[in-house]
Amino acid sequence: MSRTSVIPFGPQHAAFLEPFHLKLQVEEEVVVGAEMSFGYNHRGMEYAMAQDFKRTQFLCERVCGICSFHHSSAYVQTMERLFGIEAPERAKLVRMIMMEAQRLTSHLLALGHIAETVGYENMFMQFFREREEVMTLVNRISGGRVHYSMNAIGGIRKDVTYEGLKDIGETMDRLEPRLLDLRSIVRKDRTLRKRLIGVGVLSKEAAFDWCTVGPTSRGSGLPHDIRLTGFDGYGVNGVKFRPIYYDEGDCYARTMVRMDEVIQSVDLIRQGINLMRDGPFLNAVKGNPPAADAYGRVEAPRGELMYWVRGKNEVQLDRIKLRTPALVNVPAVSAMIKGARVADVGPITVSVDPCICCTDR
Amino acid sequence: MREDAATRSPWILHFDTGSCNGCDLEVWALLTPRYDVERFGMVNKANPKHADILLITGPVTKKSEQRLINLYNQTPDPKLVIACGDCASNGVPFLDCYNVCMGVDKVIPVDLYVPGCSCRPEAIMDAVVKGIGMWKKKVEEADR
Repeated sequence: MSRTSVIPFGPQHAAFLEPFHLKLQVEEEVVVGAEMSFGYNHRGMEYAMAQDFKRTQFLCERVCGICSFHHSSAYVQTMERLFGIEAPERAKLVRMIMMEAQRLTSHLLALGHIAETVGYENMFMQFFREREEVMTLVNRISGGRVHYSMNAIGGIRKDVTYEGLKDIGETMDRLEPRLLDLRSIVRKDRTLRKRLIGVGVLSKEAAFDWCTVGPTSRGSGLPHDIRLTGFDGYGVNGVKFRPIYYDEGDCYARTMVRMDEVIQSVDLIRQGINLMRDGPFLNAVKGNPPAADAYGRVEAPRGELMYWVRGKNEVQLDRIKLRTPALVNVPAVSAMIKGARVADVGPITVSVDPCICCTDR
Repeated sequence: MREDAATRSPWILHFDTGSCNGCDLEVWALLTPRYDVERFGMVNKANPKHADILLITGPVTKKSEQRLINLYNQTPDPKLVIACGDCASNGVPFLDCYNVCMGVDKVIPVDLYVPGCSCRPEAIMDAVVKGIGMWKKKVEEADR
């Protein structure tokens, strides 16, 4: 008869980038239960963001540094609906290109993180080497490596030049063969396969019940992607897009979803550049947000990101509410790690790509 | 002898006290091929008892305040604290938020501040290289 003991993980731990606390109940090597506690990152963003609707378009990027542009895109899209205006097509395409570029950085980070967690340092370095290529690219385009501050309510603040677009295209040409190489490594490599296949299985039904979104749900066979329905940019002029999903539901499936989406993002960026036409890029808004409510959704790297805003005819907003993908994905970890071994807790937690600054806000 | 050996490879402890992950990722970018801070002998260690330099990001939320103090106390002397980013330096993007302590220096003593939101890897590297000099002095003083 084995006794249940408790192993604490975090708030400061080698496997996690961010502070969150995980209490594992283990019987010998097997995890029988888990308790999570959050709040180490809670800064009171929703309160701060309701103070000034114009400054919020920059503050909302500070919710999360990994998906900052998705946050600001979701916010400006919501505000556009609230004001009842439409962003010009060029602005939508620029947003789409930058969102996909950020998805590249985020997914390469997640892939590198999982490689590092299973102890494959070499692979981690390779993913981060390619990630730096994208980081320097977005730095050249927007002027910032993490926070782009390119969005404005009604479009984008500054147009992307012809040289900038050419630069994006050339970087994608350089990047694609290397990413394909990395994909073939992830597909064939024995270390990753042995460590990830069959680990942390989340069935299709469980994924549905836990309301998972993004790569976590697509790894469990739910082809649910907001890029098909939510964000305006992917609709313009017919950007070709099909969600990627795997049926296995284990850590490896989630990793492969991310790996394939990286290649897909390169393709979407190319499509965006090809569809780009000269034209206006900003429909500026005047006045304060009306006393009504609106919501907007985008597909952030971790899944569906939703903003809901209610104005009150003043500079302040009555209420702003954001539902972040990590908030719904992280609790699903407790379903995945039941019955797993202690050594697999790291890879399982990292495979949903937890983002605590999004979760706590 | 000790100062020579010690200053050759200061080990880093990185702790996130509520930042947006921007600076954290730049700290990670430091450890990876492009910036490769390991050539100065720096290795990211998750254990405070092995660490010499604390890289702290984030404006220090009320909940992580006590954890930061614990980590600081567990790190052996001489140690160096670097506040990475604007919010770690003075908490500015989150001014008047109800749950933040407005900067690392309100909680523990800070030796170096890195500006920028988010701070660039070059800036962190600059701070870290300056920090090695300061840390060397601290080791010398401790030995005297």
